[in-house]
Amino acid sequence: MTMPHTPALQLQGIVKTFPGVRALDGVDFDVRPGEVHALLGENGAGKSTLMKVLAGMYQPNEGRILIGGKTVAIRNPIEAKAQGVVLIHQELSLVPEMSAAENIYLGELPRKSLGRVDWKTLFAKSNAILERLKCRFRAEVTVANLSIANQQMVEIARALTVDARVVVFDEPTASLTDAEKVVLFDIITDLKAQGVGIVYISHRMDEIFTLSDRITVLRDGQYRGTLDTAATNEDEVTRLMIGRSLDLTRHEAPPEFGKTMLEVRNLSCAPLFRDISFSVRAGEVVGFYGLVGAGRTEIAETLFGLRSPSAGEILVDGQPVQITNPRAAIALGISLVPENRKEQGLVLHMNCRDNMTLPQVQDLTSGPFISNGAEIAIFDQYRDRLAIKTPSWKQSASVLSGGNQQKIVIGKWLSMQPRVLIVDEPTRGIDVGSKSEIHTLLRELAAQGYAVIVISSEMPEVLRVSDRIVAMYNGRIMREFDISEVTEDNLVQAISGIKAEEVA
Amino acid sequence: MLIARLKAGGPTLAKQGILVAFILFMIVFSFMSDRFMTTGNVMSVFRQATIVGVMALGVTIVVIGGNLDLSVGSMLSFATVLVVDLHDKIGPELAVPVMVLATLCLGAVNGFLIGILRLNSLIVTLGMLSVIQGLVLIYSGGQNVDIANQSETWFRVFGRGAVMGIATPIILFVGLALFFHILMTTTAFGRRVHAVGGNPVASVFSGIPRSRIVFLTYLISALCVAVAAMILGSRVMGSQNNVGQGYELQVLAAVILGGTSLLGGSGSILRTVLGVLMLAFIQNGLILMGQPYYTQWLVTWAVIIIAVWLDVAAKRGRLLSPIA
Repeated sequence: MTMPHTPALQLQGIVKTFPGVRALDGVDFDVRPGEVHALLGENGAGKSTLMKVLAGMYQPNEGRILIGGKTVAIRNPIEAKAQGVVLIHQELSLVPEMSAAENIYLGELPRKSLGRVDWKTLFAKSNAILERLKCRFRAEVTVANLSIANQQMVEIARALTVDARVVVFDEPTASLTDAEKVVLFDIITDLKAQGVGIVYISHRMDEIFTLSDRITVLRDGQYRGTLDTAATNEDEVTRLMIGRSLDLTRHEAPPEFGKTMLEVRNLSCAPLFRDISFSVRAGEVVGFYGLVGAGRTEIAETLFGLRSPSAGEILVDGQPVQITNPRAAIALGISLVPENRKEQGLVLHMNCRDNMTLPQVQDLTSGPFISNGAEIAIFDQYRDRLAIKTPSWKQSASVLSGGNQQKIVIGKWLSMQPRVLIVDEPTRGIDVGSKSEIHTLLRELAAQGYAVIVISSEMPEVLRVSDRIVAMYNGRIMREFDISEVTEDNLVQAISGIKAEEVA
Repeated sequence: MLIARLKAGGPTLAKQGILVAFILFMIVFSFMSDRFMTTGNVMSVFRQATIVGVMALGVTIVVIGGNLDLSVGSMLSFATVLVVDLHDKIGPELAVPVMVLATLCLGAVNGFLIGILRLNSLIVTLGMLSVIQGLVLIYSGGQNVDIANQSETWFRVFGRGAVMGIATPIILFVGLALFFHILMTTTAFGRRVHAVGGNPVASVFSGIPRSRIVFLTYLISALCVAVAAMILGSRVMGSQNNVGQGYELQVLAAVILGGTSLLGGSGSILRTVLGVLMLAFIQNGLILMGQPYYTQWLVTWAVIIIAVWLDVAAKRGRLLSPIA
């Protein structure tokens, strides 16, 4: 057995079950020293579960983990790290009030006598790691004051305090700008050159094809195969992932729409957005495109009665209205599928049915009691219509995959029979297959006469679903495009405020 | 297959842990003392448990809604002193409604501060615990109060009466427990309390009037205190200024023992009833075994802490865990 052929890490026949779910079903996976191995699969395919098994957060029911060719038991993340396996989380898990250095060495701070922290060593070692990562901030800085990208760097720095054999990146670019991505990719290339095995989890095909040497695909908890990146293409990978090819066409506008359902005139909510005017007609999808912080979510929240506008008018069905709280918005037929489904969309520990009927539970009564039958009827109807995959309505919403959770939230608002449906980042953190299903669904809803507003930060998404696109920058509408006239270039210009600077 | 079923049933079995522990305690105590399992003793423990019990029903609802209520003890002092004092001054037919209204007003203050102004419930109700105790002393001028003509008044029915051989307090407690159980499990209000406690933000995003729901949970809690005060005042036919002192902890103990999550969103009225009975029988059993009364606190909280540990362990599937 010669060294270069021994994988840094091997997982063999891993099985992990949860009550009612076989989350991993005999999965094989290995990483060689000095390679980037991408792990792909839809949400709910088992990627995160596999990585949690690897990091010792879950114990597998069956299967073996080998590190450097030897079988090991990993009982918790500390043991995993001691074995040189480090997980960089999708969601940041830093202590914001502490310095970067303290976060980097959290749990293993260098000590002096009497257990006092050796600050000098701590900062020196931390700064050395940050320099290696080419970070332009010092380890003394408080994490809360760092940008998300730099926080991610701290998270990565954490992995480098030990001699890492395997570093797992779980959706590392979700919150990074393009420039920051370049830095991250440099770091990954660096680590690779040092002989570290990299596991790279992402939904973004372009990144995977740029970075990876091999690609392993999971579907429904099962191992679907491993491909050499050089010898495959996006189409083949997608088919392995979802079992069919993906439709990436642009939406073609139908000839005519119904009457105007919602109109907004000079709406302002200082300092979040100013002078917003637009309208949505029945049967139409209007896409709001812009950078994070451009004020799009805040407009949606204002229309849903969660914020009070400082000026301007809202007209529903031609009538001026005051929307002071979400109940008023719901009564006017406005529904909002919020941006963050776990925090704003769902009561996670409640079951699927109760989540779905929550906005109207007070109307589903017979006498003083909730009518079980009426509730189940609504759930069944939208489960079928949206193809929600859950064994039963009694399932807690927390255990569903992201795509199915999102469908529960969409079903919740469709069951309110809205006239205007606002959908904020409908496919954030959702896998490719469910993404395309949700896009099709949004178009179908428009075809049925709903007026739909889609807020999205992903250009393919707005292009695919919208009839018109409103481009926003820094709280203002820069330009409105008809889908037939929009090009990727002028869309990007509009949301980067280039036009605004020329004018000013 | 059998193993799979046992595993699937594992969390359910753990959920019934309190029931198992309760039965174990009853068996142990009935061997240790021959008076323990007599009808007389059981009924008397049950009757004494009703005051903590009725209050625990209201607090369970507050806790499911995601808040705490530590003011119920001094609120009980307030309500009992008020109803006993007014009994001779304006007659029981007025004293009772006046007391109920006054207690509801205190609940409304809690509800306003916590539900409408969104202040932290721990701080508010801890403050109200002192404020209300102060109100009681101002009202009574430090004097204890009692009812002069104890055998004639119909007010005696709440604490001392019986219907068909069953003591009125027991009927009140069981009746209220059933009522609140049905309220919490089958009505829209119950569902909304669970939602607000489970995720207040998502509730607001679903158009639930969160402030109003929280406000109502504190009114319910105050109503329960008023009923407890009727039982207590009627049984004692008098009241000390601080009669309710310490009740808030017993009530909270019963709620926690019943498995209601202090994080909000989940809990059960019927299991709170079990928690109440278990506490009462532990205390009674220890006394019958000749232990001084203060040992009951040691044992009670030891039991609670073990119960919480087992509950958490059942949720994460192991006894000790470095995460979660």
